[in-house]
Amino acid sequence: MKGNVAENQSSLYEQIGGEPAMSAAVELFYRKVLSDERISRFFEDVDMERQAAKQKAFLTMVCGGPSAYSGKDMRKGHAHLVKQGLNDTHFNAVAEHLGATLTELGVPTPLVEQVLKIAESARADVLNR
Amino acid sequence: MARVKHEGQWYGLDEGESVLDGLLRRGVAVPHSCRAGACQSCLMRAERGEVPAKAQVGLKETLKARGYFLACACQPDSELEVAGAGADLRVSARIASLERLSDSVLRVRLRPEGRFEYRAGQYVSLLRADGLARSYSLASQPHEDLLELHVRRISGGLMSGWLFDEAGPGEPVVLQGPAGDCFYVPGRPEQPLLLAGTGTGLAPLYGIARDALAQGHTGPIWLFHGAVDASGLYLVDELRALQSQYPQLQYRPCVLKGQERVGVWVGALDALIKEACPRPAGWRALLCGNPDLVLSLRKKLFLAGLSLKEIHADAFLPSTPPPQAGTGVTTSASDTSR
Ligand SMILES: Cc1cc2nc3c(=O)[nH]c(=O)nc-3n(C[C@H](O)[C@H](O)[C@H](O)COP(=O)(O)OP(=O)(O)OC[C@H]3O[C@@H](n4cnc5c(N)ncnc54)[C@H](O)[C@@H]3O)c2cc1C
Ligand code: FES
Repeated sequence: MKGNVAENQSSLYEQIGGEPAMSAAVELFYRKVLSDERISRFFEDVDMERQAAKQKAFLTMVCGGPSAYSGKDMRKGHAHLVKQGLNDTHFNAVAEHLGATLTELGVPTPLVEQVLKIAESARADVLNR
Repeated sequence: MARVKHEGQWYGLDEGESVLDGLLRRGVAVPHSCRAGACQSCLMRAERGEVPAKAQVGLKETLKARGYFLACACQPDSELEVAGAGADLRVSARIASLERLSDSVLRVRLRPEGRFEYRAGQYVSLLRADGLARSYSLASQPHEDLLELHVRRISGGLMSGWLFDEAGPGEPVVLQGPAGDCFYVPGRPEQPLLLAGTGTGLAPLYGIARDALAQGHTGPIWLFHGAVDASGLYLVDELRALQSQYPQLQYRPCVLKGQERVGVWVGALDALIKEACPRPAGWRALLCGNPDLVLSLRKKLFLAGLSLKEIHADAFLPSTPPPQAGTGVTTSASDTSR
């Protein structure tokens, strides 16, 4: 599983399409997240541009692109949400939208799976465990 | 500790305090209104020191390059030397006329006494002689001699009360700006436009619609004007006349409550927009007026498929008094003498 994509020279981020792909994905992804009643309350920030920028940084990170996120930032950035009840079900919902967004944009399944694996590795940080 | 120098004097800032609040607390007069980074009336210039990026959000590049920042959104890390907005950003003006458009809306026409360039739909800070500042959107078009504002009466409102009850033609004021990116950008004449606003949110939309038509926009232009009841609608005849002149203009005056009347839609603005424009993906939207409505409409339109880049919104945020001024300014000086 792991081998066949890792064989490729270019990074996962580049294979998915780099920055232009992230730009295309961010609105689609953010729209899905905002319209999902299970999780939309965690995205109530009225500053939608800023929210979208954060979504893009997140997408870039999980796709293995140049990102400013570190585990520490992830913890800090989500601590207030964990206090509001952020848990595994919410994390799963976001991961679901992430997969659906990439699939909708024509990203091949093995790459989507790899992205979801990276996202999964952030679970502990996001949920402050 | 962070501190600011203003006119030769240093002022220490409390933890997390903005430059605006710190200066106001010490009695320095700085024009301000929303204290939320939206109205741009608190514009200042940094002569030395590092301005946090957050304090320049929404400013034009030309202003950023000259060190301008919003004092209410500026919490510096160290030392900053600042000055008020320069004469280059301000122009004196005189009130040319005051005219009621409805019971609650006043048309204020101003004659600038110098060059004042803007795009239809932008807003300005209006400064009274004593420094009171409020932002108003421009309803006029740049080629017109006079600037036009639509001011709604706010109960107990300082600026609107003054304009309605005391100000007269000839009164001197100062304008600062313009600001905002709610304006028509030519280049895609066939792209449908969705203009929506409540109350005096019509002011910029009135300017934008006429600008788009004058620039030859051919695609549909939907103009929704929402009010609580019929008394909140204004310029109805003018807009109907414009609609009969330009078939691409769809003017929709809407009221939340009231009798069904010819040509006035009854219902919630967002529901009416959804009904009239069910598939707005690929459109451009310009939204102005009541902050709650503007922000919720923006979200709904984004979810309906509009790109964030295609939604421009100016929320008419009200003024917010500085924390320590809270009660002291409005109540009499005699209480709690400490
Ligand atoms: C970008 C921008 C553009 C604007 N354009 C326009 C415009 O074109 N026309 C226009 O009429 N106004 C516009 N406004 C609002 C305007 O700047 C003033 O806030 C408004 O005129 C009230 O000022 P005032 O001095 O009369 O009342 P204030 O003395 O500031 O307010 C008195 C009290 O009423 C509250 N208050 C003020 N406004 C409201 C409100 N709308 N709803 C509920 N409470 C309120 C205040 O918080 C305060 O407690 C705009 C604001 C912004 C930020
Ligand atoms: S932007 Fe600073 S007071 Fe409004």
